[in-house]
Parts: sequence; C-alpha cells; structure tokens
Amino acid sequence: MPTKNSPGSRAVVVCAAVSLLASGCTAGWGSTGGGADTLNVLMVNNPQMIDLSRLTSHFTQETGIRVSFTILPENDMRDLASQEFTSQAGTYDVASLSNFEIPIYGKAGWIAPLDDFITADPDFDQDDILKPMTQSLSADGHVFGEPFYGESSFLMYRKDLVEQEGLTMPEAPTWPEVADLAAQLDGVEPGMSGICLRGQVGWGQVFAPLTTVVNTFGGTWFSSAEPLSTVGMEAHVNSPPFVEAVNFYVDLVREHGQNGASQSGFVECMNNIVQGNSAMWYDATSAAGSLEAEGSPVRGKMGYAAAPVVETDSSGWLYTWAWGIQESSEKKDAAWKFISWASSKEYEQLVGEEVGWASVPAGKRASLYENPDYLEQAGSFAEAERDAINSTDPTDPGLQPRPAIGIQFVDIPEFPELGTQVSQDVSAAIAGRMSVQEALDRGQKLAEDIAERYEERAKQ
Amino acid sequence: MSTVATSTAGATSATRQPTTRKHDTPWRRRLPLLPALIFVIVLTQLPFAATLVVSFIHWNAYYPDDIAFAGVDNFVRVFTDVNARSAVIVTIVLTVAVVLISLVLGMAIAMLLDRRFGGRSVVRTLMIAPFLVVPIAAALLWKHALYNPEYGLFNGLLTLVLGKDAPQPDWVGAMPLPSLIIALVWQWTPFMMLILLAGLQSRPLDVVEAARIDGAGAWQIFVNMTLPHMRRYIELSVLLGSIYVVQNFDHVFTITGGASGSANLPFYIYQTFYTAQDYGRASAAGVVTVIGTLIIAMLALRTVFSMFKEESR
Repeated sequence: MPTKNSPGSRAVVVCAAVSLLASGCTAGWGSTGGGADTLNVLMVNNPQMIDLSRLTSHFTQETGIRVSFTILPENDMRDLASQEFTSQAGTYDVASLSNFEIPIYGKAGWIAPLDDFITADPDFDQDDILKPMTQSLSADGHVFGEPFYGESSFLMYRKDLVEQEGLTMPEAPTWPEVADLAAQLDGVEPGMSGICLRGQVGWGQVFAPLTTVVNTFGGTWFSSAEPLSTVGMEAHVNSPPFVEAVNFYVDLVREHGQNGASQSGFVECMNNIVQGNSAMWYDATSAAGSLEAEGSPVRGKMGYAAAPVVETDSSGWLYTWAWGIQESSEKKDAAWKFISWASSKEYEQLVGEEVGWASVPAGKRASLYENPDYLEQAGSFAEAERDAINSTDPTDPGLQPRPAIGIQFVDIPEFPELGTQVSQDVSAAIAGRMSVQEALDRGQKLAEDIAERYEERAKQ
Repeated sequence: MSTVATSTAGATSATRQPTTRKHDTPWRRRLPLLPALIFVIVLTQLPFAATLVVSFIHWNAYYPDDIAFAGVDNFVRVFTDVNARSAVIVTIVLTVAVVLISLVLGMAIAMLLDRRFGGRSVVRTLMIAPFLVVPIAAALLWKHALYNPEYGLFNGLLTLVLGKDAPQPDWVGAMPLPSLIIALVWQWTPFMMLILLAGLQSRPLDVVEAARIDGAGAWQIFVNMTLPHMRRYIELSVLLGSIYVVQNFDHVFTITGGASGSANLPFYIYQTFYTAQDYGRASAAGVVTVIGTLIIAMLALRTVFSMFKEESR
C-alpha cells in the first residue's frame, strides 16, 4: 500500500525490480508454514473460506495431511495469485481461483488438469456438480478446477410492496417490465427508490450486472469468427445494442435508482434493501442468504424472479470461487485430497451441522437442493438459485459467437483492465458527467487495441 | 569490514607519503558514511535502474513466452493511451489546485497564529492535526463519514438546516476531482502553514514597527515587507507540497477509485501493473512520473540550497 513517503510509483519500481531478481514480488515473502507434508493453500478471506480454515482439523484427522492457509482480501489475493501462477513459483499447492482465472491459467498450463483425479475418485461424484459450473471451469476439454461455492444473478424484490400496490411480478420478467415496476415502486415508502443497481467502478462491480444486460440486449464486448476462439476477434463496445443496453441501465438507475448510484457496489445495494431504501435489486443469488438470515428486517418479505431478459432466453451470470492446483506443485495427490474434501457433499453436511445451514457453500451441487435441512433454511430462494445457475450457458451467453468463455466477463487476461477503464466512464455517465455514447466510444478504442494485438499474435 | 582494511591501508600510505595526507582526509571523513551511501544506492538506484530496463521490454505477466525488447514502444503507448494522457492532466490539475489552495489557506492561518493570544499553542496543535492523520485513514474518513450521500455528515447537515426535503447531492459522483481536492487540501494546509509560520517568526519585527510608525497600513506592510521576506518560504512549501501531491495515491484509490476521469499517474501505474499485469508499460509510466517529479525536485533542492546560502551570508 503506497503511502505519502513511498509513492505508488516507487512501490511499482521496487516490485518490478524484485521480480527481475526473484520470481514474483511476493514469492519470497510470507511464511508458508509447515514442512514437506504440509499443503500450502492461498485463499480469499470470504466467510465461507474462514469457516473452511476452522473446519480443516476434521480433514487433517481423516487424512493426516496438514494444511497451512494464507488468507487475504480479494484484490491482494488476486495480485498474489497472478504473480505466483504466472511465474510458477510453487509456493502454494492450491489456490482459490474464480471461473475468470481458471480457464486462462489452464490454457497457459499454470494449473494442473484434474481429469485423472476425477476418474480415480468416484466418491467425489463429478456428475453431481452443476453442469454450467463444470463448463466454466474447463478449457481445451479438460477440467481445471472444482467449485467451492457458486452463484448466478436474479431479481430480488419486496413481495409485500408489490402486492400492496396491486402489481404483479412475472416469473420471467423482461427489462422493460422491470423498468415499469421500478417506476411504480419509486417512493412507495418515504425515501425508497424503485430499484438498486450497481454503479461502482470495477470490472467486477458495475460491469457484472451491466454485461448481462448488454448480452440480453444483443450486444457483446467482442465477437469472433468461431465460438471460443480468438480468430477474427472484433470489438463491439460502441455498436448499437451495447449502447442501447448501457443507455437503458443508466437511465433506469438515474430515474428510479438509489441515491449515490455511481458509488454503489454489492454491499451498498445490500444495505439499501435491508434498510428499506430500495424496492428491487438485480444482483447475485448469493445475496439472498443474507436477506433471509435471522434478524434481517426483510426476512420473509422478499420475492425472487429470474434475471430480466430482452432478446435472450436467460441472462443470469455465472460466478464461482473454485480450487486450482498449481502445475509446479509436488504434492498434487494431497492437493486433490484436500480440494475433493472441501468441495464434497460431506463437507456441506459438516458446515450445516457445525456452523449452520445458512453458511453452507451452496450453488455447486445438485444434491444440496434436495437436502431437507438446507431447504428448511433456504426454501424461499433455493429453487430460484438452482434454476438461475442451471439456465446459464457460459459458452454461448448472447446472440453471437464469442472469443472466450464467460457471461458477465470476457475470459481474456486483458479484460480486467478494459472492463475497469470503461467502467470509470460508465460510472461517470451514471453520475451525469458524461454521455453514454462518449464513454463507449472511448471504450471501443481500448477494445480495438486489444483485438488488434490478438490479430498480431495470430500472425506470429 | 572492507572499510577497516582500506582505512588501515590509507593510514600506512599516509605514513609513507605524508604529502598525500591532504588529499585523502576528505575520504577519511567520508569512509564511515560509505556503508550508508551504498545501502541507499542499493535500495533506491538499483530498483530504478531495473525499472528503466523493464520499461524497454515487452513484458506482460500473462504472456510469459512473449518477453522481448520493445524499444520505445511502451513509452509511445504511455503517451498515446487515452487514459494515460488523462492521468497526466489529472495529476497536473490535482497538484496545482491542491498546492495553491493549501498555500493561500496556510498563509492565512499562519498569519493568524503569528499573533499572540491565549491558548495559542493548543490552537497550533489542533491546526497541525490533519497532517498527522494517516492518509488512507483520512481518505476513508472523507469518503464515508463526510461525503456519503446516505449517511455522510454533509448531507446530514443539509437535512438538519433545510429540513426533510433538503437536496442530497452525491458529492463524489457529481464532482470527483473537487471532492479529491478538498480532502487533500484539508490534509496539506497544515504542512504549508508550518513552513510559512516558521518564516513569519523569523521576520525582524522592529522594521515592521518602524513602517507602522511611518504610517504604513496593514495591507502595505503585507505586500511590501512580509511577502518579499516570505518568498523563499513560499517557494519551498510549494515545491515540497508539489512533490508530495504528485505522488498521491491513497485518496484517488479510496475516494473515487479512479472514476469519472479522476485517475492520476500513480493510480494509472497501479492499474497497469496489477490489473493489466503489464510490467513494461507500468515501468514506462513510472519512469515518466519519476522524471517529472525529478524536475520539480531539482527546483526544490535549488531553492533550499539558495536559502542556506542566504543564511550563511
């Protein structure tokens, strides 16, 4: 973290220099405790992972394998993971990676294919893993990751207010219908906005919901000549459907959205719904667990509908935190034992009994949605969550062939920077400081640069 | 270890050739400082040299097989990239605005604190406090406790004064750069005030008294006597302030996250390095920033040295 005395540039300078000398800025840091029989795991500090680190003693008792965890906030974890895996430092055997990293790392040969482990371990029951999850964690016909928990997106709304106003929410609403409802629900309680939508800068913030809107309006970041191949990649960031989708989103959030929309992310919208400042929210299915938790003021008042659509049949996103095993690891067998335990049915049961059914890492196995204990806790949204995940197709989420897998992101290494830079302008459009067209024209230039570089690489 | 060897060698050569003693005394005096000097060089110059090397290489961590000499490609991209250009402009606007506003406020507060009044030392301490707050903490405080449209102090005050239907502006969203500037001015005004207050207190007051007896007004004294005396101090505070504000990262990262064209150079470098994993381009942007800062620093150092010269005269 740069400070007044060590500016960002200096940090970068030092880091660049160190990475010349050592492999990666952080490879020599951090105590990855334990000895030869210890598994080193790098993971993000989400509550599900914290539970895992506490419950791992059960795993060690069963197998005798000790596990040493390095737990970091998401951004730091991503930085460290990319340094670690691109340089194949071998410090960590296992890391929590999302379905954004796993296909990229898999194609590059930085994480190990899991097919042989899966065949040799029928108890793990790969067929029980929801199909879109397995798809989004595969590349070149191999499975590279096992999901720990996953999510899609859907529309959460205040059922009680919709009934009170004599309105109806369709099971599979379209975006224009949702915009109408937002207008009707705007201000039904003092200071309540009709809808809450993310506007915060970041490829994983505003562009998560917004890219799904773009998909269903018929737009895309890039098209390609063949599905899932970068041959003939073309940028479409300022093409009419993309512009129409972003205009729709920006207008909706400006007219009937929450206050301070350009600063709102997932957490801010969650607070708005819980505190009764917004009537609807289109976001991650994993949010429902918190809305229905003990002590939540909106518990039992929420309804759940499928992600709104326009031109496509479904538009929910697909995201998962999953496990990947580093290719240079010398403990791959022990690593598989660990990830197959962490992603198993038994572990879900263990969390249910030890921590509580609300904390189960959900959204990855079909069997969990038939578990009566889980349904008792999550009955109001479990079916909607499972159907949302099952309705996704990460290989073909829109109207045209895409260069890479992914729904709410483009699975190429350049996307985080592109998405973040364009989101800075879209966030400005939401704040009313820039026109959508201007924001997307600038984005198109950046996207064209990326497409050109892929063309150059193809020629080499 | 080696220093001991050289010093004894120096001593023996000195006994053999007494004539050279004059030559090597400065070096004898410098010897104890050598370890520190080497340490500083290793810690600051080697990384910079490495960055210079990297800035001429095509190096993206995601494409480890594509590392090649790039010539000036990275620099060309830094200067042609839309966002890099806007980062340069933002850096200049931010620095100039923050430094000038802090300077004017700092001068005004220094003039007030230069007078004698009860509780002056308490007020002084309070005035310096913002400068002592950790930058990232100050940035978080401004973002959440003050600017937030839902629960921030500013909108709360508006509601308190104007009642229930008061406007509730989204401060950061509607004016990202001004909100950054205000938060930074709050942090840097005390720094300016400290330097300027030191300058004011070194003023010969008898001359001012004489001027006052001759019938000069307060404004005339300020323009014709205080300002000329303060010129050096103003230059120094402007240059030191500029060096620091050019490098600001915490506020941009925390308050706006680079939204709506508020990303400055350090933030752009951070993004290029961590988000794009483009080590070559990030290093090139770093080198450009360092060169820019060096130019300012040169001016600053020259000012300081000329001050010392005046002192010793």
